Amino acid sequence: MRIGVMALQGDFAAHCEALRRVGAEAVEVRTARELEETDALVLPGGESTTMLKLLRLEGLDGKLADYGRRKPIFGTCAGAILLAKHVSSPAQESLGMMDLDVERNAYGRQIDSRVVTVHPEPGAQFDEPVEAVFIRAPIIRKSGPGVRVLIRYNGDPVLVEEGRHMVATFHPELTADSRVHQYFLEKVKGQARA
Amino acid sequence: MNYLDDQFRLKSGLAEMLKGGVIMDVTNAEQALIAEKAGACAVMALERVPSDIRRDGGVARMAPISKIREIMATVSIPVMAKARIGHFMEAQVLEALKVDYIDESEVLTPADEEHHIDKRAFRTPFVCGARNLGEALRRIAEGAAMIRTKGEAGSGNIVEAVRHIRTIVKEMKQLTVLGKEELVAESKKHQAPLELVQWVAEHGKLPVPNFSAGGIATPADAALVMQLGAEAVFVGSGIFKSNDPENRARAIVKAATYFNDPAKLLEASEELGIGMFGIDIAKLPESELLQTRGW
Repeated sequence: MRIGVMALQGDFAAHCEALRRVGAEAVEVRTARELEETDALVLPGGESTTMLKLLRLEGLDGKLADYGRRKPIFGTCAGAILLAKHVSSPAQESLGMMDLDVERNAYGRQIDSRVVTVHPEPGAQFDEPVEAVFIRAPIIRKSGPGVRVLIRYNGDPVLVEEGRHMVATFHPELTADSRVHQYFLEKVKGQARA
Repeated sequence: MNYLDDQFRLKSGLAEMLKGGVIMDVTNAEQALIAEKAGACAVMALERVPSDIRRDGGVARMAPISKIREIMATVSIPVMAKARIGHFMEAQVLEALKVDYIDESEVLTPADEEHHIDKRAFRTPFVCGARNLGEALRRIAEGAAMIRTKGEAGSGNIVEAVRHIRTIVKEMKQLTVLGKEELVAESKKHQAPLELVQWVAEHGKLPVPNFSAGGIATPADAALVMQLGAEAVFVGSGIFKSNDPENRARAIVKAATYFNDPAKLLEASEELGIGMFGIDIAKLPESELLQTRGW
C-alpha cells in the first residue's frame, strides 16, 4: 500500500517512519500529482493555519475533497482540525470531511501538553492501553451519529473514525507503539478490497 | 539516557510540529498577525529585531511582558520569546507567562559569560543556537529541545548560517563512519558528552530537530539552508526590514515547503521587491559579531 503523507508543514517525517514500521510504502505529498499516486493519505500534526494556507495556494483543498470521497484519510492533531466540519477557538475554515466540532488548543498552551495512558472503548480493535502524546492539542466537542469513538481521554473522544476516515487528536506517530498506524493500514487495505 | 523521557518528548514534539515551517520575529501584535496570515508556523516575540539591535547598540533584553501578552492574545500559533544567555530569571518569567518556547539567544546581550541556563529545570521547551556539532550537543545536554544555527543575526547575509549548517551536518556524517573506540576522542574534541556523541554516530542526526537561523532574507536563502539539511527556518529582520513584509513572508513560507522545487521557488520569488539591506560579515569587527556569544 502506498500511503501519502501531506508534507506541506508539520511532523510528516515522523508519520513516514511510523508507516514504514508497519510495512506501508510512505511518500511525502506536496502536489496534486503526488496526491493522485497514493492509496490513502495522512494529514500530520503541525500548524493547521499554515497547512490550510498552503493547501489553498496549490489548489489542493479542492483536490482533497474529491480524494476523500474515494480514499481514506487519517488526520492527527492539526490534521483532525482540517478534517472537521466546525472549528472554534478561533473559528477557522476547514475541509469539513468529518462530522466533528473541534476546539483548537483546547488543553491550553505548550506547558499544558502531556503524555497520558488512554484506554480503548469496549469493542475498539485495541486490546491494550495506548500511550497518547498531546501537544497543544484540540478537543472534539461534538461528533455526529456516524462517528465511532475508539478511544476517549477525560471523557472526550481522541481517536474516532467515520466511514473510511479517521482522526486522532494526539500523536501516535511520536511513540514507538505502531498499533494506530497498523489499524489505519488495515482500514486502507479493507477499502481497497471493497 | 533520559533524553527521551516524557517531558523531553513533549518539548521536542512541539519542534517536530514546526518542521517545514517558518518562525518569524515580531515585535508587536500587528506584525504577529501579518506573520500568521502569511502562514508562519510560529512567531518569536522580541523587543527589537536583530538588525535594529545591531544598529542601536545598548543592552538587548527579554521583550516587555505587555508586548508578549499582546502577541499571545492575537495569534493562535505558538509564541516563542527570547531570554538572554544564562538569564534563568528571564526564562522563569517567560515560563510563568506560558510562552510556548524559549529561545536562549545570542541576539540578546548575554547575562552570563560562562554558563547557559539549566534548561532541564523547565517544563517550557528551549531552542538554542549553535555553530558546530559540539556546541549543539552541549546545548542538548543542558536540555535544549531544538537546535538552530546561529548564523549572523540581523546581517541579511546567509553566509554564516550556511557555514554553520554545513559544519554541523559534516561533523555528524563524520561520526557515523568512526569506530566505537574513536568516539571517546571525538567526545573530547567536540567537548560534548560521550553518550550524545554515540547517539549521533548511530543515527547520523541530532536527537532533536535541527533548524536554521541568522541571515535568511529571501525565499532562496530559506530553500538553500533546507537543502543543506535544516528542517525549518527562523526569519528575523529579513521580513519586517524589507519593503514588502506581507509578500516576502508568504514567499518564504512557500519556499520552506517547496525547497526542493526550483519552479515553485521561482513563483515564490516572482513578485518580490528589494530585500533588507545586508552586511558583509568580513567587514564587521569581531566585537560586533553576535554568533561568538555563548560557547
